[in-house]
Amino acid sequence: MRKLLSLALLALAGTSVYAGGYRVAMQGQKQLAMGHTGVAVVNSAEVSFFNPAGMAYLENKFNLSIGANALVAKTKFQNSTYNWTASTTNVGTPLEVYATYRLNDWLTAGLAVYTPYGSAVEWDQGWEGSHLVNNIDLQAIFVQPSVSIRVGEHFSVGGGPIYAIGMVKFNRDVTMNPAFQSADGTATNLTIEDSGITAWGYTLGFMFNPTDKIRLGMNYRSEITMEARGGDANFYNVPDFATNDPSFQNTTFDADLPLPAELTVGFSYQITDKWLMAFDYNYTMWDSYKALDVKFANGSESLNPRNYKNSSTFRIGTQYQANDKFTFRAGWYHDQSPVQDGYFAPETPRNDSMGFTGGLTYQLNQKFGVDFSFLYLHFDEIDNSYDYSTDPISGQPNPSFGGTYKSVVFSPGLGVTYSF
Amino acid sequence: MKNKFIYLAILAAGFASCEPEFENDVDANYTSGDADFTSYVAVGNSLTAGYMDGAVYRTGQENSYPNMLAQQFALVGGGSFTQPYYGDDVNNLGGLMLGGVQIAATRLVIDASQGRPENIVGTPTIEVSDIHAGPYNNMGVPGAKSFHLGANGYGNIAGISIGAANPYFVRMASSSNASVLEDAMAMNPTFFTNWIGSNDVLSYATNGGAQSDGMTPAADHNETGNTDPSTYGGNDITNAMVFGSVYSSIVNTLISGGAKGVVATIPSVTSIPYFTTVPYAPLSPAALGGQTNIDLLNTNLYGPLDAVFTAYGESDRVNPLSGTSANPILIYDADAADRTAQISGALQMQGYPASVANEIGAAYGKARQATANDLVVLPASSVIGTVNAGASATLTSLGLNINGVSYPMANNWVLTANEKAKVADATDAFNTTIVSIATANNLAVADMNALMNQLVSGLRIETGQIFTANYFSGIETENEVLFSLDGVHPNARGYAVITNSIINLINQHYNANLPLKYVSDYPGINIVGSN
Repeated sequence: MRKLLSLALLALAGTSVYAGGYRVAMQGQKQLAMGHTGVAVVNSAEVSFFNPAGMAYLENKFNLSIGANALVAKTKFQNSTYNWTASTTNVGTPLEVYATYRLNDWLTAGLAVYTPYGSAVEWDQGWEGSHLVNNIDLQAIFVQPSVSIRVGEHFSVGGGPIYAIGMVKFNRDVTMNPAFQSADGTATNLTIEDSGITAWGYTLGFMFNPTDKIRLGMNYRSEITMEARGGDANFYNVPDFATNDPSFQNTTFDADLPLPAELTVGFSYQITDKWLMAFDYNYTMWDSYKALDVKFANGSESLNPRNYKNSSTFRIGTQYQANDKFTFRAGWYHDQSPVQDGYFAPETPRNDSMGFTGGLTYQLNQKFGVDFSFLYLHFDEIDNSYDYSTDPISGQPNPSFGGTYKSVVFSPGLGVTYSF
Repeated sequence: MKNKFIYLAILAAGFASCEPEFENDVDANYTSGDADFTSYVAVGNSLTAGYMDGAVYRTGQENSYPNMLAQQFALVGGGSFTQPYYGDDVNNLGGLMLGGVQIAATRLVIDASQGRPENIVGTPTIEVSDIHAGPYNNMGVPGAKSFHLGANGYGNIAGISIGAANPYFVRMASSSNASVLEDAMAMNPTFFTNWIGSNDVLSYATNGGAQSDGMTPAADHNETGNTDPSTYGGNDITNAMVFGSVYSSIVNTLISGGAKGVVATIPSVTSIPYFTTVPYAPLSPAALGGQTNIDLLNTNLYGPLDAVFTAYGESDRVNPLSGTSANPILIYDADAADRTAQISGALQMQGYPASVANEIGAAYGKARQATANDLVVLPASSVIGTVNAGASATLTSLGLNINGVSYPMANNWVLTANEKAKVADATDAFNTTIVSIATANNLAVADMNALMNQLVSGLRIETGQIFTANYFSGIETENEVLFSLDGVHPNARGYAVITNSIINLINQHYNANLPLKYVSDYPGINIVGSN
């Protein structure tokens, strides 16, 4: 298991945001192909993420799903008042490993390892928004053992603790003021970095199958606050005249980043033996993300209001089992951004989006299957700005930073399943 | 199975090439409107040349407002824009050498270790005799007055020593006999900016209304009626009729090929930090050496002077120094009633020998204390309170040789209320001329005077940021400072503000749509750790 975990951590490099905020909703090839529905779907070991209660209904005694996505997120920015253009392309590899094992008629155990949060955005160093962000890399991996307990024929509950491991690396220019640059013209910038941040949370759900054809599900994943303590805060390209200034000495920092709670309800309906429809509704409690406040050991603070709002995602997915070998899937969802007007920071340049998904499974034999998925995320272009940054040198507000943003995200994914 | 992977790979590649596309590209609506920027030529003085921090230096010139404008023009058909060669300013020091002798100082920087502006250390590498003949698109010539633009030989190196030529123009003139305006027209301008005229009043003002000797009053030719600029001293105020006819001929020449353009008014120079930074009353009791010293000065100098002036009806000309509040500096005022004889007489009645009495009388005959209506020039800050080496041996032996304290500040350190009024009148007259000539020719007028007046109370730009007309006073407010360390010329940030005001004007007057410069991208004050 430890080996698997370290492999997973390696592969995580550069996971990128594509859902609202820094939530990366890509937790299973089969379910992603169905619009990332799944709280009331029992397809594979993926259910250990979507709703651990559903593990109890899996047909096979053992189920394993391993998958990964190649996530490509492209964002362009422009502002015609000043003839600015900028773009960033970021590639990430969210991945998941799920296993379930039925211990007896009423108890199934599972282990889920997945990467539900992350953000990697890298703008050109010194770009027009560099006082807000040059680059950010935020990663979290969740390890979640869980159990599912059947209570009678129609009802099950499930849940388990979540152990979250995270890291953050964030670089930006200290000030917009060009007085602060090194001799080569590179603006004075600050990197805050911490890794090995750990925290605990939990997941809890139930599934209710009132008839053979209908499943209802609910799942709650708790908020987990990643508390960076004593991380490194290092200054680069400090001008000669400020090198002895205590506020430009390398120091350490504390900061909290909430990974918000998420409540999902949904149902699925088996229209025919071969044809399934699923509907999910996610409600993400983003309002816990009030600000990214960084407190430095030298006593200074960087206060960065975020003021996220709670957001909803509406998902619909369908699956058609053509024959023993092939199953086809498709889905759609509407993802509301938690970012409010005036708080549109280029570290998570995301507005509302529509996801179009598709995929298929090729079942080699009874035990082995291969899943393909594909996601295309459509964003309308948006005019927005971030209005709440402050210059640490003058203590005065920085001007609003904004323009027009347009993003495109797509992600092919590949997974394998093994069950017996 | 293999085939399917290929299809998937093709599909993935197809999506990998899909880019976010805006409905309208960033430059979709940019247009030159009614203007034609094919050949843009800028004429003017140091403000046009990109002069800042007391010098033209390589990186400063890059941020001249014409260069910034040309960068925006290039988006809508503007051609290449050349500026006078400064590639030999390899160390980015500015300054000038002539025949191996330094004739202009290097640029000013803030030396953080000393907390003050200093000329950056080093020897200039810009040699005036190393001529890089133009013409150039940027025909801004530091020091040029209105009537210099049409002067042939203004770029003849032989004329530098007699003041008939300008070292900056010597380097860039197409030939030694060329005039600035001829070279400008050789560029066949389709669009021009013309910001000339500041020096017609500015050199008078920055020299405190004095000639180059620092004491003799410079002339205001609106008073003398002299309309022959070839007879003008370097610090004189140009006659307004001369200005009018010269300005009119400059504009007529610039538009003779059908060019459109922008002319700029002259900012009221007395609002710039060069005149507003040094207070008229900087002498705190502590700075004067405490009560003992103040009593001594009052007994020996201020009291007797006050008595003489009061006796002749000027009770407020000099008052005893205060031991509790800051005191004004003692200045030489060329326009003051001359009390040399009276002072000398009073001293002789007290038993001083005539020779000593006359010496003291001469030194203080035109002295008075500065008032809030006087403007003390920026360089005076390093003179006030220092020993005056020119004071006579007698005065020195009496200890009456401290500039501004016990010895009057020379004429050139203070622009008195009288002199200020002459500058203001001339500026108004010139600006009236500029506006009327521009209006008659349907040219856009960039009202730099209005911009300057807004700066005094705080200029709010389109981003909401507020800028001031203050001198650098520390890193916390550095991002509000638009003037460079010479106190007269904008810094790069200030030139960006000027550029934007001209862009807004062009957009409005010529139905163009040009993007603005982002002012925060441009540096303000150059600070070095040590010098």
